[in-house]
Order: sequence, then structure tokens, then C-alpha cells
Amino acid sequence: MKKLLFFIPLIAFIALGVVFYQQLGKDTEYMPSALVGQPMPEFKLVDMASDSVVSNEAMPDEPYLLNFWATWCPSCSAEHAYLGELAEQGVNIVGIDYKDETPAAKQWLVERGNPYSLVLLDEMGKFGVDMGITGAPETFVVSATGKILYRHQGVVNEEVWQTLKEYM
Amino acid sequence: MMMLPEIGHYALILAMMFALALAVLPMVGYLQRNAILLVTAKPLTYLMATLTCTSFVILAIAFAQDDFSILYVSQHSNSLLPIWYKISAVWGGHEGSLLLWITILCIWAATLAYKSDSLPNSTGPVVLSVLGIVATGFLAFILFTSSPFIRLLPDTPADGVDLNPLLQDIGLIVHPPMLYMGYVGFSVAFAFAIAALITGNLNASWARWARPWTNVSWAFLTLGIALGSWWAYYELGWGGWWFWDPVENASLMPWLAGTALIHSLAVAEKRGVFKSWTVLLAIFTFSLSLLGTFLVRSGVLTSVHAFAADPTRGVFILALLVLIIGSSLLLYALRASQVKSQVSFGLTGRESWLLINNILLTILTLTVLLGTLYPLIFDALNLGKISVGAPYFNAVFSPIALLLIVFMGIAPLSKWHNTKGALLWRASALPAVLAVSLSAFVFTFHSFDWYMWLSFAIALWLFFMCVRDWLDKVLSKRQSIWTRARKLPRHYYGMQLAHLGVAVSLVGVIFVSLNSTEAVVRMAPGERVMVGDYEFEFLGTRHVEGPNYTADTAVINVYQDGQSVAQMLPQKRLYQARRQMMTEAALNPGFTRDLYISLGEPLDNGAWGVRIYIKSFVRWIWLGGILMMAGGLLAAWDKRYRRKTGA
Repeated sequence: MKKLLFFIPLIAFIALGVVFYQQLGKDTEYMPSALVGQPMPEFKLVDMASDSVVSNEAMPDEPYLLNFWATWCPSCSAEHAYLGELAEQGVNIVGIDYKDETPAAKQWLVERGNPYSLVLLDEMGKFGVDMGITGAPETFVVSATGKILYRHQGVVNEEVWQTLKEYM
Repeated sequence: MMMLPEIGHYALILAMMFALALAVLPMVGYLQRNAILLVTAKPLTYLMATLTCTSFVILAIAFAQDDFSILYVSQHSNSLLPIWYKISAVWGGHEGSLLLWITILCIWAATLAYKSDSLPNSTGPVVLSVLGIVATGFLAFILFTSSPFIRLLPDTPADGVDLNPLLQDIGLIVHPPMLYMGYVGFSVAFAFAIAALITGNLNASWARWARPWTNVSWAFLTLGIALGSWWAYYELGWGGWWFWDPVENASLMPWLAGTALIHSLAVAEKRGVFKSWTVLLAIFTFSLSLLGTFLVRSGVLTSVHAFAADPTRGVFILALLVLIIGSSLLLYALRASQVKSQVSFGLTGRESWLLINNILLTILTLTVLLGTLYPLIFDALNLGKISVGAPYFNAVFSPIALLLIVFMGIAPLSKWHNTKGALLWRASALPAVLAVSLSAFVFTFHSFDWYMWLSFAIALWLFFMCVRDWLDKVLSKRQSIWTRARKLPRHYYGMQLAHLGVAVSLVGVIFVSLNSTEAVVRMAPGERVMVGDYEFEFLGTRHVEGPNYTADTAVINVYQDGQSVAQMLPQKRLYQARRQMMTEAALNPGFTRDLYISLGEPLDNGAWGVRIYIKSFVRWIWLGGILMMAGGLLAAWDKRYRRKTGA
């Protein structure tokens, strides 16, 4: 019986190996969302610019990117410059400031430029829960009619944009 | 020399042949008691090492000469790149990193071969042969999936893509080689352990031989991790020094396991206990090094270090991993169960303290392993996708680490076999009281935070206990302090230095999180702002041309009490070849504080967003790392390892 104890490391390692094998080749940034194909959930959020509550009607009536970001998130600062470039190319981006402090977020946009046509404050992260996000940054492609077309987790860059573009 | 890359490639193929021969011949020689096959181990090791090094040097030459007909060079270099970055670009990508890995393995193997005369007749060749097996696997990996010598002919690009600007930095020139020296160095302890399992000589001797090698590898790994942390601190532009990123964790895990190994080797050698555990730990440590390589190179985890990930490479390296680790663990399961320790030890003996050390370090390693792999396992079980971040690690890791440091103070005072409880109490009472009250005193200047207070007390406790132990050993009525101090062996000073290093790092970690100030401000030319005790004056920006970038440099004067302290020049760089923006932070280092400025975005009228940090005691984190490294080296250089052992 005691002899079997010495096989424990081997067995644990084999189990780990199986997990690794399954994970190989998976795109770690592709996150399927149950919301794809569904209309965007109803929301009531504060608009940063006007400080007033807005709802789904305030969203653009053209295809746009919905970008969850926050000042506490390093990856968000990594993708910020690229979002700026996209905005300059005429891509409509709506920002959701996720579980963040508003003064810091305002400061951030002043400092780094504001790529967003609209910034909504999701201070408690409730809208994030409705959208099923796991962290920031996450970016959704939303159609003109408010339907969610695609979800991307992680930084948006040139390569990711090539994929997102196909859904716009 | 147009043919040079082909020669490099050919040298690598030959190296693999010799590695394969090294993996097979001495092993067969051992099993068949054939002395002629056994003696082939040394020359084969030298041949393998020479050829691998040749290949490495040739790749470096290709980089130095801007040979963009080589795919790898064209992807990671550029004619405008300064020469030292061209050389470091050799390990700036996947293929070159692996070549560096295997080159370092060969250097370790050759050094071991050179020193192997002091080993008993059959041990040396078997150990080298085990290293040969590992080398064969990795050389095959390079040759079949990631050769750095693939040519781009006939369409040779006019210039290269350039090295990732993040990697164009002194920290990144030295960080990977140091890290790999550590990672790969653990292969020596691993080879000793496997050889011990194969030959069945699981007595104390293998531990004795493996100790200096393990210490040196550990010292390199410590330095490598410290350099990586230092690089992240000043290069990533937000002043953090550790991110619990999978790649960082990949280097931390072998370090933790290696630390446990150093201590359990000591017990195995001195007391002949923990024998089979130490063997397992040696396998575990090197396995974690391999796992680290796998995680970084296969792309199964996302990370800030996102290197080119390629699934076919992933499959190959996973197969390699399973082969090497799986067969070692199988061998372990079959052989180690036969080992019995006859020695017993008491509850307060040094063995017990080191057992606690080993348990806690293993728990820490598993904590990090779990946190790093949890997202993978979660996903594999189809439970969805999650990420594990700093909150988990801080909450779970730091209390266990603190507990470990508490024991670290006591253990060196204890005696082998058994220690009188009263003695330990008497020795530790004063340091404990001093530490707790001094820490409380320091916190009268600060807002009180009991966890920080406790942490600081623990750092002081460790410091006092180290000093106390040393005083105990040198104070004597008959001899002067210096005579006695000189008589203490080097491995003792090594231990003390490494332990003090932990205390120093801990102080750094505490104060950087407790006492740092940060301000994000908009500054127009001529404006001044107070942050902490310092006043920052923004004079404006000027345009600068670098060798392969253009930059806006902000000129910021720093004053303290009206006295000029420094002029700091943070930059915003644009690297032309990749059209990539980089923030180059300006640093004014100091013993008790760093001033750290990173430039945000340009705003209207020549104003800029500026991020100013004052980081208390941040240098101490790396200073501690350097002390630990020095301690590891000092212990390895102890005189008693120089003596030859009769076979």
C-alpha cells in the first residue's frame, strides 16, 4: 500500500499533461458569449459627459464597438492608443468605464485622449455582469440595431481588429 | 562567409547526434559494466558543448552582420539597431531563446564533465548521460520545429522588422541568460537525482555532490528574477515590480522549489533523512523549469510576455515534457519506495525546522502553480473561462511566506537531532520583543495597518535573529571576535547573507506598498507641482533623435526644500521600424526612495499628462535579491566542496 504513495506524483503529472494537451492550440483570447446574436441587455447608466442617466436608445445607430475599460487595468492602457487610432479611422467606439472611480477615469481620458463617442459609467459593475464579462478589457461588436455580434476578451490591436472588422 | 548559417545549422545537427550518443552509450556502459563505453561520456559532452556553442556564436555573428537572409534575424533585428541590442536580439525570440537554453545546458554539462573526476567511477558518466537525454530532446525540438537558421532566399528583405522595443533594454540583455542559467542549472541536481535512482546509491553522497551546483543555479535564478522584476519596474512604465503574470510565476515556481531543495539537500547530506523526498524535490524543481519553458513557449496561457505561440511547437514540447518528467517520476515511483531512513530526529531538532521549511515552500510552490494553472484546468473541465489575478496570490501567498520567514529566524539556531526548548526560548525572546516594539515605534509615524506592522516586525525579527546567531558564534572570552568570525565557514556566511537578503527584500516590499505616493497631473511648461516632499517643475519638451527611434523628452527639475535634487528626462519614443510608441520612464534612484516619472499623452499648448511616483525603499527589493544571490554563491564556494572524494 505504501508503495502506491510513490506513484502519486506520476499520476498527478499525467492528469496535468492531459489538461495541457486539451488546451494546446486553443485561442486563449477567444471567449464565446451566450449573448452573441442576442439584443443587448437593457441598461440605465450615467453618461460621463452629461452626467445624466441614459438607456439603450442613446447607443449609436450604426455598428459600433462596445469597450469595457478601467483605469486600474494595465492591459487597458496598452490598448488605449490603438483605440484612438481606430476612432480616428471613423470607428464608433462606446466606452464602458467598468468598476472605476469617475475622477480618475476623467483624468485618464484627458491625459491619453478620448477615443469614445460615448462613455458610460458602470461603477458597480452591474452592466458588466449583464454582459457576462470576466474582466477588463473586453470588447463587443454591436450592430446598428443593437444586436451583439462578437465578443473579444483582452487587448484590441491591429490583428484583433482584422477579426472584429469582419463583424462590423 | 555566405555559408556560415548553414555551418551553424550543421553544427546543431552534429551536436544532436553527439547528445544522442551521450544519452545512450554511457548508460549502456553502466548497465553492461563496460568501462570503455563509460569513458565516452566526457569526450561526447565536450563535443556536444563545443558544437552547440559554435552554432550559438554563428547566430550571433549573423545578427552582428545584419544577415537578413535569415528569417529569424530579419524578424528580430534591424540595421539601425545598436550593436549590443543586435547581440541580445539573438535571444529576443523563440528560436534564439531555445538555442540559448540548450547552449547553457551544454555549458553546465561541460563544466560538470570537467569537474567529474572527483565523482566515483560510474556516477559521473551516468549523470552526464542523463543531461545528454535532456539535451537530445531540446536539440531535436530546435531542429524539427524552431531552427533559427531558416533562410529567406532568394527574396532577402532589405531590412529587418526590428527587435520589439520593450526588449531593447539593458535589463533584457542580461535577464534571459541569468534566468536560463538558473532554470537549466537545476538540470544538474536533477541529473544527480536520476543517476542516484538508476544506480541505486541513494545514500547521502549524491546530495553532497549536487549541493554546490544547486546553490549556484539558485543564485543565478535569483539574480534572473530580480533583473526581470527590475526591468518590468522601469520599462513597463507603471512602476510595479511584480505582476503575478504567468511568465513571472513560471520563474518563481522553480525558485521556490529550488529553495526547498537547497535546504532538504543539506538535511539529506548531513543527517541521511528526507532521502526519497529530496530526490522527488530535485525532479520537481527541474520539472517546474521545464514547465516554465513549456508555458512560455506553447501559448497555453496569456501573458504580457505574449511571444509567438505555435501549437505544433506546443505539442512537441509537451511530448518532451511528458517523456522527461513522466519517466523520471515513474523511475522514482519504482525505486524510491525501497529507500528507508534509519535516523530519527526530535521535534525541536534542526531536521524538524527544515521540514517545516520544506512543507511551507512546497505549499507556496503549489499555491503559485494552482493559481497559474487554474484557468487552464477550469477551462479543460468546461466550467468556463476565468482568470486568476494578483488578489488571489496576495491573499494566499503572503501569509504563508511570512510564516516561513518567522521560522527562518529560529531554524539556524537549532541543533541537529534535538534542541533544548529552553535554549530556543532564551535566544529568541529578546529579538522578538525588540522586533515587535521597534515595528510599533516606526508605525507611530504612519497610519496603523496591523498586517504591515506584523510584516515589518517579522522582517526585523529575522534580522535580529541573524545578528544574534552570528554574535553567539563569535563572542567568546578566549578569542577575539575577528579570529572567531574568520573561522566560521563560508557556507555559514552564505546562509546568513541569503537570509538577510530575504529580510531586506521584505522591508522593500512593505515600504513600497505602504509609503509610496503617486500623482497623475497635467503639466504645462513652467508649471510646478508638489508630490510628497518633492517639487517637480516641468520645463517643456524637446525633440530627440535616437538610433532607431524619435522621441519627445520632457525636462523636469526636481527640488526638495528649495534645493535642486535632479533633472529628470522621461521620454515618449516612437520606434520607426514597428511604428510602436514606448514610454521610457525617468528614474532618480535612491537608497530610501526612487523618483519615477513616466510621460502620458501630449495635451494642448505644450502640456503633457505626467505620472509621478515616489517609491519608498523600492531598491531594497532587488538589493535583497543580490544579497541572496551572493549568499548562494558564497555557500557553493565553501572549502569542503573542493576536497576530492575517494571513489
